Amino acid sequence: MTADQLHSIPALLARNVASFGDKPAYREKEFGIWQSWTWTQAAAEIDALAAGLLTLGAVPDDHIAIVGRNRPALYWAMVAAQRIGCVPVPMYSDAAAEEMAYALDHCGARFAVVSDQEQVDKIADIREGLTELEHIIYLDGRGLRKYDHGAMTSYGDVQAAGRAAELSVRLDELSAARGYDDTCVMLYTSGTTGRPKGVVLSNRNVIETSKNSSDFDGLRVGEEVLAYLPMAWVGDFIFSIGQSMWTGFCVNCPESEATMMTDLREIGPTYYFAPPRVFETQLTQVMIRMEDAGRVKKWLFDHFMAVAHRVGPDLLDGKPVGGLYRLRYALGNLFVFGPLKNTLGLSRVRVGYTAGEAIGPEIFDFYRSLGINLKQLYGQTEATVFITQQPDGEVRSDTVGVPSPGVELKIAENGEVFYRSPGTFMSYYKNPESTASTKDTEGWVATGDAGFIEEGSGHLRIIDRAKDVGQMVDGRLFAPKYVENKLKFYPNILEAVVFGAGREYCTAFINIDLTAVGNWAERNNIAYSSYQELSQHPQVLGQIEAHVSEVNTSVASDPMLAGCQIHRFLVLHKELDADDGEMTRTRKVRRAVIADKFSDLIAALYSDATDVYTETEVTYEDGRKGQITATLDLRDAVVAAEQVAA
Amino acid sequence: MKDSYITPDGRTIGGVLMDMRGITLRFGGVEAIKNISFDIREGEIRAIIGPNGAGKSSMLNVISGFYHPQDGEVWFRGAKRPTMRPYDVARQGIARTFQNIALFEGMSVLDNIMCGRLTHMKTGIFSQAIWHGAAQREEVENREAVERIIDFLEIQAIRKTPVGRLPYGLKKRVELARALAAEPKLLLLDEPMAGMNVEEKEDMSRFILDVNDEFGTTIALIEHDMGVVMDLSDRVVVMDYGRKIGDGTPDEVRGNQEVIDAYLGVAHD
Repeated sequence: MTADQLHSIPALLARNVASFGDKPAYREKEFGIWQSWTWTQAAAEIDALAAGLLTLGAVPDDHIAIVGRNRPALYWAMVAAQRIGCVPVPMYSDAAAEEMAYALDHCGARFAVVSDQEQVDKIADIREGLTELEHIIYLDGRGLRKYDHGAMTSYGDVQAAGRAAELSVRLDELSAARGYDDTCVMLYTSGTTGRPKGVVLSNRNVIETSKNSSDFDGLRVGEEVLAYLPMAWVGDFIFSIGQSMWTGFCVNCPESEATMMTDLREIGPTYYFAPPRVFETQLTQVMIRMEDAGRVKKWLFDHFMAVAHRVGPDLLDGKPVGGLYRLRYALGNLFVFGPLKNTLGLSRVRVGYTAGEAIGPEIFDFYRSLGINLKQLYGQTEATVFITQQPDGEVRSDTVGVPSPGVELKIAENGEVFYRSPGTFMSYYKNPESTASTKDTEGWVATGDAGFIEEGSGHLRIIDRAKDVGQMVDGRLFAPKYVENKLKFYPNILEAVVFGAGREYCTAFINIDLTAVGNWAERNNIAYSSYQELSQHPQVLGQIEAHVSEVNTSVASDPMLAGCQIHRFLVLHKELDADDGEMTRTRKVRRAVIADKFSDLIAALYSDATDVYTETEVTYEDGRKGQITATLDLRDAVVAAEQVAA
Repeated sequence: MKDSYITPDGRTIGGVLMDMRGITLRFGGVEAIKNISFDIREGEIRAIIGPNGAGKSSMLNVISGFYHPQDGEVWFRGAKRPTMRPYDVARQGIARTFQNIALFEGMSVLDNIMCGRLTHMKTGIFSQAIWHGAAQREEVENREAVERIIDFLEIQAIRKTPVGRLPYGLKKRVELARALAAEPKLLLLDEPMAGMNVEEKEDMSRFILDVNDEFGTTIALIEHDMGVVMDLSDRVVVMDYGRKIGDGTPDEVRGNQEVIDAYLGVAHD
């Protein structure tokens, strides 16, 4: 098959079977052992399921919902759907029933392939309202024996029916009927505002983007990736299906969510993506463990990390470094960096990416100084991930890189970033108004982010969400995320939300990081019985106050954003949580929801009060609601003198 | 009662698996159990409830063969059980968990659960030390059985963690895993949910139901949380001061005046 015939995922699969049929395509750790499937075996599994779906009555263009954690069988379900001309719609498996109901209803899925009883129960709760949903296919039958199997079949049984039906000719016909501009997949955006939108991506979008991005970093067969990010997220679809199918590399699925770190270490991926939060958490854990380490180890760590900070990034970028430092770095690699990278599971990473949020410069430098080629990219679902990315040798923490191959950028007058690329989405499903307002007739798409292209380097820098950038009452620029990111770079601050649009001064809500602060409390013999109590501990508040004041000093040095210094703040009594609607499932804060829900706290921050009593409704993981009450301290931070522009 | 029947939720309850006939247990002058009879049927979840000191744990210890009653007979799978050592009882297919966790704290979760396979291992200490042939095969087979239980109870992440480092709720789950590893016909759970928070209780309830459903294991459990007992069990025995004061389905027991009095207290005349 020639390259210009590779116009669908099933076509790529067939090519992989022909080119490297005996190479591993999927691995999954189960019963404590890594089980693997070659491309040939995987294709057989996919065909069996695809034929099984046909026997259940699936017809081309049906939507097939896929719900569950990353497992080879669910990836196969996506490809099986494409094999028979259907559209896979992966969904967030941790979404509450009503969130899932919206997406299932909106896409009108006739079939749902789900992981286990938890998901089956969730769908059962909402089934009344879902007129289109006909059949559920479940992977793990545990606890489902007693359920009514009238409209429910196990994955294995569907495959068995498919194998018995012998439909391979029909499968090939259906696959061949799909063109380059037919729908490949539909993905729901998490939506920081309003309802999630179904982003329709074509085969062209996915395959062109996979090809370009694989070429950009020289990805090839033999690469190892760990598939642990939500399957509903566009990034996972591109990494684990798009790029994997294009290049033929192996996708490894962890045993369970909780074992991800162990599995990462065992697999040792060569190509790795993680959101900044994962890197932050890992770094926090390393630092906590080093605090508890013996003196010799601590000294070695501190000594060689200093060397690494000095020359590590330069070595990685191939810049000249003196011989003595090279030797010291090599020793450090032997004693500290090598073992540390091994513990983190990052020994073999050749290409590492982070995106989604700004990453703290210290965190970014930490990994790069260890010799891990961590880079940043900027993208979104509507672009099939890639808008900009950092080429090797041009990596910095404050930019998101140069336009990806085939991507054009322009900056609107208000600072909003627009792009046009082969990955530009086709439309929002059943939502022509939103499609029209996001993508113009020439194919330019508004990102919703404000940024600018740096002169000289050509790198894109993102300041904030365009709609969040506002003005203070005196007309000065208000960019909350800029300040929040600076705050979040402190290990003991998990989340921050800054208010100030249309106000005289800025205030902030802060979430402590229970891991970091909890460990600090343990080491200092500070007793606490709950998150709430720890969050209001005077010493914790004191530390946070110091951090806020430091951030103010740093903010004051930027003439454009000096107005964003935080005058008053409080530490929240609960963690902001997606179950309460305060964050998206990808952990972005929903400002409007928070401002509305905690309006009493904001009012108190803009008053003279020194503390405030509040009652908050919380939602538990199983959907039940409860109330928590707290009295929160309101603190003033030190505001730095602004540098007057000369 | 019929010999076997199908529950409203579609499980088959078989004939009598264990029959306790007129059990009386004394510790010196104290009569912990006074002439109690009840049966446990194949495939059911049978709860024993009662206020503190009612004799529930003693009853469980009689079933598990740890205590030998002064009067009465224990019939198991159609035969009268002679006085036995606890390991004989284990061989017969009865496994249990303990009210105050009894795991090997210094050993890993995996090793603890492997202990539960002891009755399934036949090779001797020497061939196991040499680790060759039959011993090796046996270890692989048993490890696979253990891994299936680890998967079932979703404790993969702590497989290699020493038990002493685990929180209480997880220890309880490991204990259940060890009991399950023996592939028991009858599983005895002594307060499986004591000291757990709501979420842990929900998880544990789910696991108990799944064990019963998936492996068809008969379960006898002692529990204080009435909500849990009423939701989980097919039939309930209620004890008070060593006597049986009620026996029947959760609904029957709930309506029994004597039971209500025992739990809520009753005014003394």
